[in-house]
Amino acid sequence: MSAPALEKLDYAVVQQCMHCGMCLPSCPTWRMTQRERNSPRGRIALARAVADRRLEPDSDFAEEFSFCLGCLACQTACPADVQYAPIFEAARAEVQDRGLLSTPATRFYRWISLRVLFRHPRLLRLAGRLTYWTHFLRLDRVLHSSEAVSLFSPRWHRLLGMIPPVEKRFSHQQIRPVEVPAQPRWRVGLLTGCIQDLAFSRINRDTADVLLENGCTVVTPPEQPCCGSLHAHNGETRSAQELARRLLDLFPLDELDAVITNAGGCGNHLRHYADLLAGDVRYAERAREWDCKIRDIHEWLVALPFRPPTAALPAKRVAYHPSCHLHHGQRVRVQPGEILKSIPGLEVVPLTDATVCCGSAGIYSLTHPVESDQLMEDKVCHLLATGADCVATSNPGCDLQLRRGLAAAGGGKEITVTAPVSLLAEAYRREAGGSPKI
Amino acid sequence: MASSRFSPGSALHTELAAVAGADQVLSKEIDLIPYAFDGTAALRQDPGCVVFPASAEEVSAIVRIAARERIPVVCRGSGTGLSGGSVPSPGSLVLGLQRLNRILETDPRNLTMHVETGVITAAIDEEAALHGLFYPPDPGSIRISTIGGNVAENSGGLRGLKYGVTRDYVMGLDVVLADGERVFLGNKCVKDAAGYSLKDLFIGSEGTLGIITSILLRLLPRPRARRTLVATFPEIEGGALTVSDIIAARIIPCTLEFLDRTTMECVEAFAAVGFPRDAGSLLLMETDGEPEVVEREAAAMAAIALQRGALEVRQAETEEEAIRLAQARRSAFAALARVRPTTILEDVTVPRSELAAMVRFIADTAVRHRLLIATFGHMGDGNLHPTILTDETDAEEMERVEQALSDIVDQTIALGGTITGEHGVGLAKKPYLPRQLGDPGMRLLRQVRLALDPHGILNPGKIF
Repeated sequence: MSAPALEKLDYAVVQQCMHCGMCLPSCPTWRMTQRERNSPRGRIALARAVADRRLEPDSDFAEEFSFCLGCLACQTACPADVQYAPIFEAARAEVQDRGLLSTPATRFYRWISLRVLFRHPRLLRLAGRLTYWTHFLRLDRVLHSSEAVSLFSPRWHRLLGMIPPVEKRFSHQQIRPVEVPAQPRWRVGLLTGCIQDLAFSRINRDTADVLLENGCTVVTPPEQPCCGSLHAHNGETRSAQELARRLLDLFPLDELDAVITNAGGCGNHLRHYADLLAGDVRYAERAREWDCKIRDIHEWLVALPFRPPTAALPAKRVAYHPSCHLHHGQRVRVQPGEILKSIPGLEVVPLTDATVCCGSAGIYSLTHPVESDQLMEDKVCHLLATGADCVATSNPGCDLQLRRGLAAAGGGKEITVTAPVSLLAEAYRREAGGSPKI
Repeated sequence: MASSRFSPGSALHTELAAVAGADQVLSKEIDLIPYAFDGTAALRQDPGCVVFPASAEEVSAIVRIAARERIPVVCRGSGTGLSGGSVPSPGSLVLGLQRLNRILETDPRNLTMHVETGVITAAIDEEAALHGLFYPPDPGSIRISTIGGNVAENSGGLRGLKYGVTRDYVMGLDVVLADGERVFLGNKCVKDAAGYSLKDLFIGSEGTLGIITSILLRLLPRPRARRTLVATFPEIEGGALTVSDIIAARIIPCTLEFLDRTTMECVEAFAAVGFPRDAGSLLLMETDGEPEVVEREAAAMAAIALQRGALEVRQAETEEEAIRLAQARRSAFAALARVRPTTILEDVTVPRSELAAMVRFIADTAVRHRLLIATFGHMGDGNLHPTILTDETDAEEMERVEQALSDIVDQTIALGGTITGEHGVGLAKKPYLPRQLGDPGMRLLRQVRLALDPHGILNPGKIF
C-alpha cells in the first residue's frame, strides 16, 4: 500500500474550508439528520483530522463517507470554492486501502461489479445481452416475485428489481465508427459509456444525430471501457487509472475538436483525468489535453451554437431534472434548459428542489436503500406537482431512479423519462418528415 | 480514544440520555470533532459531549445536571458564529439547540412572533411575509443561522442603517439560568418600565449569563416597494464619499454596502452577478418603503453616485435580481476564502463621520505589515469588515497579522469606535476588550457575570 490517500491529498484543499456553514442547507444527508458529522464541513473536518493524524479512520469513518451521496451540491453552495470531490474520493480510497468496509459480501459485490464487469466491456455487454433475454422472456419478473430470492437475500431481491431494461441493440450496433454530416465543420469523439451503452444506446444514437445535424463528424470507437468514475468514487484509484489510460489510447485526440459525453456522472470524472494520472509520465500530458477537450453534449451544442429545430413536437410540458454531477460537478447548469426551450411545442415547467439529488448516486441505492428511496420519493412528489408530461434528465443513474420512483408512485398521470438530446433529435427528425419515435 | 466522563455506560451519559434520549447524546470522537469549531478561523476545541434537547424543560434538566457536576455548558445553534462564541470550552457539554425549532405564535394584532431558539433566521421573515409583516435583521448567514444565536451575539446585517440590529426586535426572552431555573423576561407591550430591562442583559451575552430557549420578536409592516442599485467606482474614495453625501442628503436607505476590489472579484467568481472586474470599489444600495418615496430616493442616490464619479449605476430589474445581488453580498466573507488558506474577519465599527479615515488607515496598515487585507462592510452604519487573507501555518506571517489587528483595534478605539459591531467578542476579540472598556467597564462585566453564574459554568473563557 502506498501512502495513505488522505495524507497525500494537497493539504490546502482541506484547509480551504473555513467552516462558515453555508453548505449545510444544500446537503441532503444533513437535511435528514441535522448532525454536523453528516454535513460537508463536518466530513471535511473528519478528513482533516485524519490527515493531521488526530483521528484513526475506523468503520464509523468509513460509514460516514459511504453515507455521503457525493452529489457535490455543497460545491455549488460553497462561496470559498472548496473542492469537496477530491476530499471525498481520497477519503473513500483511504477506507478502501485499509479494508474498513470489507465483508465477504461487500468484497464479492465490489469484485463482480468494479473489477469484473466494469473493467471488461465485452463481459459487460454479455451480461447486458443475458439481461435483455431475461427481460424478453420475463424471467426477471419470475425471479423478482419469487419468495425464495426475497428470503435468501433482501439485497439481491432489491438488486433484481433495479436491473435496467436493456436495449436490443447496443451503441456499436447503432452508431458506425465514423459518421460524416453533409457539411462537416467539426470533428468530435463520442463516449458511449457503460450502462448508457446497454440501457440507453438510443440516447447515444440521438446524441450522434444532433451532432451530425450541427455539422459535427462523429467518431465513435465501437468498444469503449467504463470511464472509471464508478471506481474513483468508490476508492478504486488503480482501476480508475487503468481505465482512463485505455480510453486515452482509444481516441485520436489530435484529430478531434472535442470529445463528447452525454452522461452527467461520467462527464464530471472524465474532465479530471489530468489529476488522476498526474504521476504518470507516459500519460500525464495526454490526460491534460483530454481534459481540455471533454465537453458535455449540452455545453457543446449551446457553444456552437446549435440550430434550433423548426419542426414542433406534439405539445407537452417538460420538467428538467439536473444530474448532480452535471449541475454541481461540471457546472453545466443553464444549457440543458436552453436546448429544451428551443424546441417548439415544449413548455418547460419549473421543478421544486430541482438541484437536490434523486438518491441514485452511483451504487448508493444499493448501499443506503432507505435514504435513497426517501430522496427518490421527494423527487417524485415534486415531479408530480409540476403537472409535467415528461421529465428530461441526462444521466443513466438518474434516469433509472426516476423511472423506478415514478413506477412505484403509480396511479394518476404517467410521466415519461427522457433526455434533452432525445427530444432535440426527435424534433430534427420531424423536420425531415421522419416517423416519430417517442 | 481514551474514555471520558461522558462515555457510554458512565453515570453521566446515562443521566443525560434519560433526559434527551440515548440517540441525542454524542460522545464518540468521530461525532465530536465536527463540533469543535464555528465559523471563526483558526479556533478548534473538541467538546466532551454534545446533547440535543428538544424542549426548554430538557434544557433546564440538563443545566441542573451540569450545575451539580460543575460541567461547562456551551450553547450552539448552527455553528456559524464569527467570534468563536460557540467553540467548545475544554471538557464542555455542548447544548445543540437546533431541535427547538418551532414557530410558536404569530400575532398580527400586536405585530409579534414567538419562536423557539433554534428557528432559522430566514424562516422568521418568510413566516412574517405570509402576514404582510417584516423581520428586518438579516445577518450574512441568514439562511442557516438560528435566531437564538443571533440574539446571543446581537447580530446585525445589511439593513442596520435603517432598521437597527437584533436587539431592536427582541421584546421578550425565555431563559434557563445557570442553576436550571426558567424565567420569562419581557412581554408584548410597547412600553414597559417595570424594573431593570433584564432581557437586554441577555441580548449579546454570548451564552455566558443564561440559555435562551425562546424569543418574542417585534415585527414591522412589510415595505411595499424596494429598489436595489449597484454603483461602481474607479477607486475606493468614490464609494465612501457617495455614502457621506447620501446621509447628508437626509436619505436613510435600508442598505449601503461597500466592497473593495478584492472582495468584488471573489464575490463575482462565486455568484456571477455581473460585477465589473475593472472597478476599484462597489456600493450596493437599497431603499424600501412607499413606492413613490422609493422611486425618488433611488433616483437621488443614483445621481449622487454619478456626481461622485461612478463608472456605472445599475438598477436591479426584478425582485429576483435584487435578491441575487443581496445574497451575493452576503457571501463576501466566505468568498474571500478563495484567495488564501486562512481568512481572518474583523468587525470594527466607527462613527460614520470617521469612515473615510478608517478605510485609509486599514489600507496603510496592510502596506505597513505587508499583508493582504480586503475590506467590505456596512458603510451606512459604520461597520467595516477588514479581512486579512493569510495562512495560519505561517508563523512569521501570523505574527504580522497579530500586529495589524492590534493596530486596527487601537485606531478604532481612538476614533471613538467599537471592536465589534455585530459578531460579538467570543474568543477572537477577547484580548482587545479591556482596551475598549477600561478597568471600570471590565469590573462591571465581571460583577454581572458572577451574580448570574456564580460557579462559572456558562460558556467559560468567552468574552473576558
